[in-house]
Amino acid sequence: MSIMVDKNTKVITQGITGATGLFHAQGARDYGTKMVGGVSPGKGGTTIDGFPVFDTVEDAVAETGASASVIYVPPIGAADAIMEAVDAGLDLVICITEGVPVLDMVKVKKYMEGKKTRLVGPNCPGVITPGECKIGIMPGYIHKPGPVGVVSRSGTLTYEAVWQLSTRDIGQTTCVGIGGDPVNGTNFVDCLKMFEADPATEAVIMIGEIGGDAEEKAAEFIRDHMTKPVAAFIAGATAPSGKRMGHAGAIISGGKGGAEDKKAFLRECGVSVADSPAEMADALFKIYTP
Amino acid sequence: MNIHEYQAKAILRNFGVPVPEGHVVYNSNSARDWANRLGDGPWAVKAQIHAGGRGKGGGVKIAKTRDEVKQFARDMFGMTLVTHQTGPEGKVVKRVLVEQGCNIADEFYVSFLVDRATDKVTLMASAEGGMDIEEVAANTPEKIFFEAVDPTVGLTAFQARRVAFSLGFEIAQVKQAVPLLMNLYKTFVEADCSLLEINPLVLTGEGTLLCLDAKLNFDDNALFRHLQIRDLRDYDEEDANEIEASQYDLSYIALDGNIGCLVNGAGLAMATMDIIQHYGGDPANFLDVGGGATIERVTEAFKLILSDDKVKGILVNIFGGIMKCDVIATGVIEAAKQTGIEVPLVVRLEGTNVDKGKQMLAESGLNIIAADGMADAAEKIVAAVKA
Repeated sequence: MSIMVDKNTKVITQGITGATGLFHAQGARDYGTKMVGGVSPGKGGTTIDGFPVFDTVEDAVAETGASASVIYVPPIGAADAIMEAVDAGLDLVICITEGVPVLDMVKVKKYMEGKKTRLVGPNCPGVITPGECKIGIMPGYIHKPGPVGVVSRSGTLTYEAVWQLSTRDIGQTTCVGIGGDPVNGTNFVDCLKMFEADPATEAVIMIGEIGGDAEEKAAEFIRDHMTKPVAAFIAGATAPSGKRMGHAGAIISGGKGGAEDKKAFLRECGVSVADSPAEMADALFKIYTP
Repeated sequence: MNIHEYQAKAILRNFGVPVPEGHVVYNSNSARDWANRLGDGPWAVKAQIHAGGRGKGGGVKIAKTRDEVKQFARDMFGMTLVTHQTGPEGKVVKRVLVEQGCNIADEFYVSFLVDRATDKVTLMASAEGGMDIEEVAANTPEKIFFEAVDPTVGLTAFQARRVAFSLGFEIAQVKQAVPLLMNLYKTFVEADCSLLEINPLVLTGEGTLLCLDAKLNFDDNALFRHLQIRDLRDYDEEDANEIEASQYDLSYIALDGNIGCLVNGAGLAMATMDIIQHYGGDPANFLDVGGGATIERVTEAFKLILSDDKVKGILVNIFGGIMKCDVIATGVIEAAKQTGIEVPLVVRLEGTNVDKGKQMLAESGLNIIAADGMADAAEKIVAAVKA
């Protein structure tokens, strides 16, 4: 078992004729993901490296039976691409695109109200269920199937946590990069709920950042609703106040959203918190024996 | 992106928001000329820097005569203004705003921002104007009023009225406040702001509402559709290295330590800074080379780090997803050749093409300390810098 995606998930790529979209569609197919085609308006009816290309998401879904989509469309068209995928009734939409305007996402979130689609991202590495389905830009080989769920706001820091697990021979059920943007589709609590409900997931590593209060909300959920052990790391303890560190999310001002406050509250809620990013897996093994 | 107060007021004026008449000047003579053109005094003379708290540092003065306007402006030009938002080094004043003064009867606070909890633009208002809103939020949260805006219809008149009544306005002011708030919302959305703050919004002795100060921040990701706003960027207000970095799509922030960092990904870059400190070192910078860095970008990143005299060692920490380790290795070797790195260099590589990358570094003949994992890398660079 796993969350969000498995070996049966059929995926289309929006923006498949762009260099990035094609490169990662090929990488996902090589990994074993059922990559069934792509969308590129004006290029419908053609194929690219064996992938059938469609003009619209609706056409692609009708022809391929896809239930998920991954978006590599540039920022100017990313919000529209998400809404097109939602309109086509997909279960899961993963937007990798970095640099989507925040107010575009505000409209997208309103548009998605009452619709069944789950959005992950934007500005995220994607979702992988090791050995079954890889959707996104993460290096597949660092993962291995197993019992730990991973959820993170950061991309490369997720790889770090996964690598710490895999090199200790502990695999993962599913790894989700939710992205660092202020307005996005899926948050920590959404993922924790799914991991709690997934019988194959025995424990969870959560990787947060300074800024906002998503980690605090996750901590409350863990305290009130989770039976499975959770370990966490919060990046940005040394970041100076008021400076934006690449991610829109990683900004603290007026003493709110600081790393120490977040860590202290997570500990209060029963989470095993790593003080060093090299100890994320070790922090989990303090409270969980595989 | 930030802009100056006078620029923010010009944008607000275009959206029909009441702001004082005024003009920016670059020398004290034209300060006096503009005081003349604005009519009778008093006048406000305001230093233009990208930071709040200017009043306490002597950056805001009320002049009663035209000579005073000139004198205050002369005092401000070239002065280093230190406020709680500038850092101890302060900022040099190069532009001054001369404005018509007004008769303040009462002060209020109004802002718009995107609330992550609701995913909506939210109006925040308080009758505690002129104060630091963080303090109001901490001490008397009940004195702040919120309205979340539905993006499909925008701020409605009834929401604006509700806020106006909550602030204690008489009906005459409510009638002014409703279009004022709705136009502020329109500005926020149409200019893709990330923050719009009016502090204070004043009620004058004559009973009119006026935005006495204005702060507009913009969403960097949306600047591609606001070229006129992008042109308002004042490079004097930014760190020279950070400007240089942005030209190569590098995300760089200078810090006070002596260990330079070159990392891919913002989260990993922050975590690298954290682990350096965890092992007793001090990071000299935050530097994210991004996911799709080229050899040129990596080379430029090295030059940037080395341009900081404080740097006594460099830690490269790469976990390649999109980024291939052999590209990083080529960049490191290229930069080492071009810049002649003399400080210790610790490299930790993991991810796509890692073996090829490690082999290239090993065969380069450069004095590179290879590391396995983040902890090993941090320990090695901290030890090397202390040696």
